This record gives sequence, C-alpha cells and structure tokens, in this order.
Amino acid sequence: MSAAPAIAVTGLTKSFGGRVVVDHVSLEVGQGRVCGFLGPNGSGKTTTLRMICGLLIPDSGSGTVLGLDLATSRGEIKRRIGYMTQRFGLFEDLTIRENLAFVADAYSLDNKHARVDAALDRLGLATRADQLAGKLSGGWKQRLALAACVLHEPQILLLDEPTAGVDPLARREFWDQIHVLAAEGVTVLVSTHYMDEAERCHDIAYIAYGVLLARGTAAEIVRDSGLAALTGEGPGADRLAPLLQQRPGVTMAAAFGPTLHIAGPDLAALRAAVKDVDPAIDWREAEPTLEDVFIHLMRSATDNSVGIAS
Amino acid sequence: MSPSLRRIWAMLIKEFHQLRRDRLTFGMIVGIPLVQLFLFGFAINNDPRHLRAALEVNDHSAFTRSIEGSLRASSYFDLQPAGTRPGAGEEMLRRGEVQFLIVIPPDFSRDLVRGEHPQLLVVADATDPAATGGATAAVQQAVMSGLGHDLIGSLAPLAPRPPPVDVVVQRRYNPEGITSHNIVPGLLAIVLSMTMVMLTSVSVARERERGTMENLLAMPLHPLEVMLGKILPYVFIGATQTTIIVAAAQLIFQVPFFGPVWLLALATLVFITVSLLLGFTLSTFAQTQLQAMQMSFFYILPSILLSGFMFPFRGMPGWAQTIGECIPVTHFLRVVRGVMLKGWGVGEALLPLGILAAMGLVFAFVAVRRYGDTLE
Repeated sequence: MSAAPAIAVTGLTKSFGGRVVVDHVSLEVGQGRVCGFLGPNGSGKTTTLRMICGLLIPDSGSGTVLGLDLATSRGEIKRRIGYMTQRFGLFEDLTIRENLAFVADAYSLDNKHARVDAALDRLGLATRADQLAGKLSGGWKQRLALAACVLHEPQILLLDEPTAGVDPLARREFWDQIHVLAAEGVTVLVSTHYMDEAERCHDIAYIAYGVLLARGTAAEIVRDSGLAALTGEGPGADRLAPLLQQRPGVTMAAAFGPTLHIAGPDLAALRAAVKDVDPAIDWREAEPTLEDVFIHLMRSATDNSVGIAS
Repeated sequence: MSPSLRRIWAMLIKEFHQLRRDRLTFGMIVGIPLVQLFLFGFAINNDPRHLRAALEVNDHSAFTRSIEGSLRASSYFDLQPAGTRPGAGEEMLRRGEVQFLIVIPPDFSRDLVRGEHPQLLVVADATDPAATGGATAAVQQAVMSGLGHDLIGSLAPLAPRPPPVDVVVQRRYNPEGITSHNIVPGLLAIVLSMTMVMLTSVSVARERERGTMENLLAMPLHPLEVMLGKILPYVFIGATQTTIIVAAAQLIFQVPFFGPVWLLALATLVFITVSLLLGFTLSTFAQTQLQAMQMSFFYILPSILLSGFMFPFRGMPGWAQTIGECIPVTHFLRVVRGVMLKGWGVGEALLPLGILAAMGLVFAFVAVRRYGDTLE
C-alpha cells in the first residue's frame, strides 16, 4: 500500500440557492484511519460526504478518492466505497435477505448467496432473514445498513450519523465493528454528534457553517485550542453555571453531577472569574474536554458569521 | 459503464417484491379495469331512451291518440300526462321531473284536416344537449309514422310524402350504434394510461420520499438500469389488464374483433411502454408521491376528454384537436378501435403506431437525461 491518503480533497465548495453550505473544505484521511466528522446541525457534513461519494458535484474544488479523480471517475468511486445514509436507505418492504441480495446484484458481486449468507451470519440475523427490514428496531436497522454497505468490501466507508437514536450497547458494538474494519485496512469517515464516539476516532475534523475549523487527533485539537479549564467542587457548585456563564473570560460553564466545569481561552481570566464567587468551593485546574473545544469553536464561528453578515 | 442485465434484474425483482406486498396498489391494478369496465361499459349511453316526457293533450281525437301511440312505440319516451292546469307541464320541466314537454294544441285535429299545418310543440330540457338530440329527432319520426295510418282516403293528400331524394345511410362498423362497442375498446386505452402513468410516476417519487433514492444513487446503478428495472414489471401488469379488458369486451359486451389479434397485442405493448416512459419522466419532476399523483391527473384528464374517448375527436375545435394529437391515448385509441371494429391491418395502423413510438423515444430521452446519477 502506498502512503497516499485514501481521501484527499481540496477546496470543496457547494452552495444551494445562493447559500454557501460547504466553503472550501480540504480534508485528507489516511488509509485505514477512522476519522470523525463533527459539527453542529446544518454545518455541511452531509453535503461534504455526498460530494466525496459522488452524489453531489462540487461547485469548485477537486480531490481524489482512492487515487481516483472525483471529477472524472465518479462511477468507479461509487463501486469502491460504501456510503451509509443518515436515513435508513434500505427498502423497508423487502426482507433482510432480499435487501442484501439486491445490494449484491447492484454491485455485480460473485458468490451472491454465499456472501449474503455470510453477512446474515455475521449480523446474527440468519434466523430472521425473511423478516421485513422495516420491522427491525433502530439498532438492528443500523447494523443491517452497515452490513449492506460493506457487502461489496469497499475500501472506504462514509457513514452519515450512523448511530443517531441508537442505544449505548448497540452503539458500542457498532463502533467495535468499525474498528475491526479499520484494522482490515478500510478507511472510515464517520459523522457524529456524540463526544464519546469522537474520542473513539483516530482523528477528528470539525466543521461549522461550511468551514473546516479544526483537524487532528482529539489530544491535538484540545491542545491547539489553547483553552483552559477549572473544576469547582463544594456545596452548591453545580448551581453556579448560569452565574459564571455571564462572567468575562468564561466560554462555557456546565454542571457535571455535584461539580462545575468551566472553560475559557485564558486560565488567569478563569481564575479571576471564580475568585469571589464562594469561598467554600475548591477550584482546581482541569483538562479541557473535546466538548469544551467544540462549543468554543461553534460559538466563535457563529460570532464570525454574524460579524460577516452585519 | 454499460448497462448490465444483472443490475436491471436486481431492480426488477425488487419492484416485484414491493408490488407483491403493496396490497392497495395490487388491488388497483385489477380493480381499476374491472370497475371502469362495468361503470363505463354499462353506464355510458350516447343514445339515451326511456326519457321522461310530459304530454299535454288539448285536443282528443284519433289523430292525437295515434301520435301518442307512436311516441310510446319509439321507446324514446316514458310518457305521463301533464295535467290540465295551465302551466303544469312547464312546471314539471323546470323542476326536472320530466325532460320533455310535448304539447298538442287545441283544435289540432281540425287544423290538420283543414290542411292548415298545425304545430306540435316539443319543449326539451336542453341543459345537456347530448341527452335531447336523439329524442327530438324521434318525435318527428313518430308523428310522421303515427299519422301515416290515419291520413288515408280523402285525407291522403295531407299524408307526409316521401322526400324527392332518398338518402341512404349505412352505419358501418357499428350498425346498431351500440355505445359500448365504442367505449369498451376505448377503455383499454384509458385504463392502461391511468394505471401505467400513475404507478411509475409514483414509484420513483416513493424512492425519494422514503429516502431510498440516495442509497440507490450511491450504488453503481446506471439511470437506464433503474428505469428499465422499474418499467418492466409494469409491462406484465399492463398485459394482464389488457387481457382482462379484451376478454370482457368479447364475453360480456360482445364487442366485435375484426382485425388481427397480434396487431392489437403489438400496439398495446408499444402503448404500455410509452405510458410507462411518460410516468417515469413525470416522476423526475416530482419530489413527493402526492406531486406525482397530481401530475398524473393533469395528464389523465385531457386523455379522457380530448382524445376522442368521451367526445367525438373531429367535433372539437382545431386547437383542441392539436392538443389531442399530442396525447398518446389519442393515437392508441385509433388503433384499438380500428383493429377491433374496422378490421385494420398493419397498413392502417402504421401511422398512429409510428407516432406512438416517436413519443416513446422522446420520453425515454427526457427521462434518462433528467434522472441523472446525482442528487441534483
């Protein structure tokens, strides 16, 4: 395998009806890496994924997927990647087996029956193969959708919020499977809103309002943010969030159980902000979390876009 | 990427499975032809008889009794007395209790015998012109034949004389003027275009609505493969509907079938394909199933009204005929009626079939161009 990245796009831009949804996004994902794609709702994650898998043509920008040119080889790219849509994209009025057989035919796969049976076994759905896909629970639907999109052994997986509304155990198992696939060399780009999922990724790309704001491993992103954080412990600490939120230098304040976690760009300013609040509360320096960073990024991105608009 | 049979097959099987489980659609496929056959086949009559008529007789004589008798014998009228009160007959007509008021004026017989050409008034409720046409002509006929028997002897010179020229009318292809012989073959065209256009247009919109379109597009399926896979199952359905209608035409309505069966089969196949392609084309403009339905109706209404199915094609103004010529149903109707009633062969069917095929090519071109393989 060459060291060339599996996904390499530069300057991807897309607008709908005059509104720029994705604004010059450049992204590289190395082969066999699991890259988390994060950002608030409507930030352009889905549009970016759709451009990478050839469902949308970028207004400008270029890129390669598995070394294939995005502009000229969309057909070949489609054959070699798997894309799992945000909404359940399989046919609810087809049985599980019929759905998998359809996918096998659509990708012109050899050994259709063996592949479908193997996929059913791996899923643990062999006994329910003749049940309608629409009757499955949310978690099972996601697992079936994943099985369908890896049936043709794609080299890249694009997953659009695959675990939205799925219970923790099913999410855990889903992610275990993603890592198994990554270990086999599959490159995964997965969009999510969950911080614990972001932390299970090798690296993260954070996008807001169509602009890529941060890129790197979770640790790198936290370090590069330059944020500082404090944790307050003591009677009534958790009640102080609304008060501290207003103070200068505090980007965010949130209660975690009985403790209060505050973060801001400057440690000295944070200390000044909590100085005279309540002597009974003990403040200790803490590690800023990924969530702190994302909320900080999101807030400053909003400020910027508002600034541009006015 | 060249179209592959396997991928077309994948789409086709998927559509079959979905159809099989969609009871409502399945019911529609069999139900629409049957319901329409019985509704239109039995209900529509362009030559209505037994219409209610009030007879106001102000002069009782052998002559008026003869006229009344032959009016009854014409089978166009169910006569009832209008009563003696002045204006009673008019009132019945206005209230819609009767459709005709026939008035025999006072002194009718005296004037007749004197050779003064008395008048006999027929007042018709002509809000629906089609309903009164045949009947008013029948009054003239009934009076002539009724009086023919009475005006003998010295009155013979008053008897209606035969016209100087004998006009011979031959009613070809449907000598008895049976409406269902015209309507039932036409229904084949209407039922097919209704179900075919509607089902395909809805089926693509359904993918969009259910969110499966994005998944389909992400797979290496060529637009042509998707289109063929979606169209082919409906060809079988169209063939089934055709069999039902043609069998009913023969067995229940005794519609004659003079032309070659294979020609009708070929024409039907062409028409089914054209309708499916049109439905597919419409679906590329629709975002939801409801929109697809509305567009189908927009097509079906002129198909019924302007194609010559309901009203005589040549009776429409020029602009309406021009619109009619653009509707596939118009051309298929000509072939079906031609083959079944007039014994058309290939020679006569060639032009309408050629036009249909050309329409199909245009629809296919637009559909593939518009379907595209992206979400845009």
